[in-house]
Amino acid sequence: MAAESKEPGAAWHIATVASVHDETPRVKLFRLNLPESLLKRGFHAGQYFDVRLTAPDGYQAQRSYSITSSPDQPNLIELAIELIADGEVSSYFHEAVEVGDRIEIRGPIGGHFTWLPLSTKPVLHIAGGSGIAPIMSMLRHRTSSESRARALLIFSARTEADILFHDELDQMAKSDPNFNHIIALTRGAPQIWNGEDRRIDRPMIDAAISTLVGSEELPDRAYVCGGSDFVESMGNYLLDSGMSHSDVRTERFGP
Amino acid sequence: MINNKFFGRRRAEPPRPIPPGQYLEDGFPVLSAGPTPRVDTATWEFSIEIGGESVGKWSWEDMNALPQTALHTDIHCVTKWSKLDTDWRGVTIDALLEDAGVTAPTGFVMATCDGGYTTNVPTADIVDGKGMLVHTYDGEPLAPEHGGPIRLLIPHLYLWKSAKWIRGLKFMENDEPGFWERYGYHMYGDPWREQRYTGD
Ligand SMILES: Cc1cc2nc3c(=O)[nH]c(=O)nc-3n(C[C@H](O)[C@H](O)[C@H](O)COP(=O)(O)OP(=O)(O)OC[C@H]3O[C@@H](n4cnc5c(N)ncnc54)[C@H](O)[C@@H]3O)c2cc1C
Repeated sequence: MAAESKEPGAAWHIATVASVHDETPRVKLFRLNLPESLLKRGFHAGQYFDVRLTAPDGYQAQRSYSITSSPDQPNLIELAIELIADGEVSSYFHEAVEVGDRIEIRGPIGGHFTWLPLSTKPVLHIAGGSGIAPIMSMLRHRTSSESRARALLIFSARTEADILFHDELDQMAKSDPNFNHIIALTRGAPQIWNGEDRRIDRPMIDAAISTLVGSEELPDRAYVCGGSDFVESMGNYLLDSGMSHSDVRTERFGP
Repeated sequence: MINNKFFGRRRAEPPRPIPPGQYLEDGFPVLSAGPTPRVDTATWEFSIEIGGESVGKWSWEDMNALPQTALHTDIHCVTKWSKLDTDWRGVTIDALLEDAGVTAPTGFVMATCDGGYTTNVPTADIVDGKGMLVHTYDGEPLAPEHGGPIRLLIPHLYLWKSAKWIRGLKFMENDEPGFWERYGYHMYGDPWREQRYTGD
C-alpha cells in the first residue's frame, strides 16, 4: 500500500459539486471537485469516501460511497448514488444536491478492494446494480493506463434502462480486445438483446471463466460488489468453481 | 459545515445514546473483505499461543464442553450502523485461559481466522469478561455470513475487532496491526471516541 492511503485522514474536507447527471432512473452521478487539501493524497481504483451531512440543528448522518472515476484524474471524484426508498442520505443527494453545493467528505478509505495497473493477471469482475461503482474505477483505470491484463465483467441490472455506464462499457469492449462484458438483465430483456436475461448463476460464471482464462484455469483475482445477498451468493459460486478464498475480494453496499 | 437543505430522516430516538456518527439498524448487515469461508466443525480447532508457544487447543466438542456464558449487548459497526439489545452465547476468553491453566499475559493479542483475516486488540480488552467466542445469536446457531460457526465478540469496540470465523488467539508483547488496521483502520477502535481510522 502507498503510504498516503494509510491515512484516510481524521479531518473532514469540503468538496464542491461540479456536476449532477441522471445516469439511470434510480442512479445519479455526482462529480465532486476535491479541495487543495486532498489533491496530493490521490486514491486507488476501488476505494471509497465517507460523506457527512449536517442539519441546521447539528444532527449528522454519514455514509460511504465508492469512487467511480479513475485515479488518473486526481482532482475530482465521481460517485454513483442509488436512490434507496426512504434513504436518509441517498434521497438528500437525489432531491437536494445541486451544482455548486459543498459536501463534507473524508478519505480515500479501503485498501483490500483495490486494483493497481501494475497487475498483469486476468481478473473477473462481478457487479450487481450500483455495485459497478468501484469496479468502474478499476476498468477506467485499466483503459487509461493501457493495461493489457485480461478482464471480464459480469454485470447484473434489472432492466436495460438500469444499466449504469452502458455506452462506456460497450465502447470499452469494442476498442479493447482484452476486455469482455456480459450484462445479465434480471427483470426482462428487450426483443433484441445480446446479453443474458437471467440472474447470474454458476453456469454463467463458469462460462465467463472459460472465456477469460480457458476451461482449465481460474482467474487470478475476482472482485465482487453489490448488495449483501448478491455478494454472498457470488462469493459462494466462485468458491464452488474452485477459486481460493484469498483470490476473491468483496465489497458489500447494503443490508 | 451545515447543509442547509438537509434535515435528516431521523428514525425513532434511540432508547439510550449511541456512539457519535452511528445510526440505529434493525437488520444485521454483513461486512467482510471476502466470501464467506467454509468451516467444518468436524475438523475445526481453536488454539491459543503465548509468545509463539502453543498453550492450548480445543476441538468443537471441547469448546462446547466449556462453561457457557450468555451476553446481552449493543454492537457498533464502523460502516455506521449500531444494533441494540443483541443476545449472544459462548465461551469467555477468561474461561479458555483458565482451561489452559494460564493467566493472561500483559500486552496485546492477534485474533486469527479462517480466510486469513486478523485483528489486534489489547489483552486488557478481552479479559475480565470483556471478550468471548460466540456460537449462538438470538437463540440460533450463528449464521456463516455473520461469522458462524464461531466468532470473537468484543462489543465495546467497533465490530471489525470481533473477528468472524475465529481460529486462534496469539498473545504478543507489542501491538501489531491486523488486516484492516494495515489498511488504515484505527489500532484500537473505540466507537465512543469515534476511532474509525488512523489519526482519529
Ligand atoms: C464501502 C461502501 C461503499 C458504498 N458505495 C456505494 C456507492 O458507490 N453507491 C451507492 O449507492 N451506495 C453505496 N454504499 C451504500 C451507502 O453507503 C448507503 O448505505 C446507501 O446510500 C443507503 O443510505 P441511505 O442513507 O440513503 O439509506 P438509509 O437511511 O441508511 O436506509 C434506508 C433503508 O434502506 C435500507 N438500505 C440501506 N442501504 C441499502 C441498499 N444499498 N440497498 C437496499 N436497501 C438499503 C436500510 O436497511 C434501511 O431500511 C456503500 C456502502 C459501503 C459500506
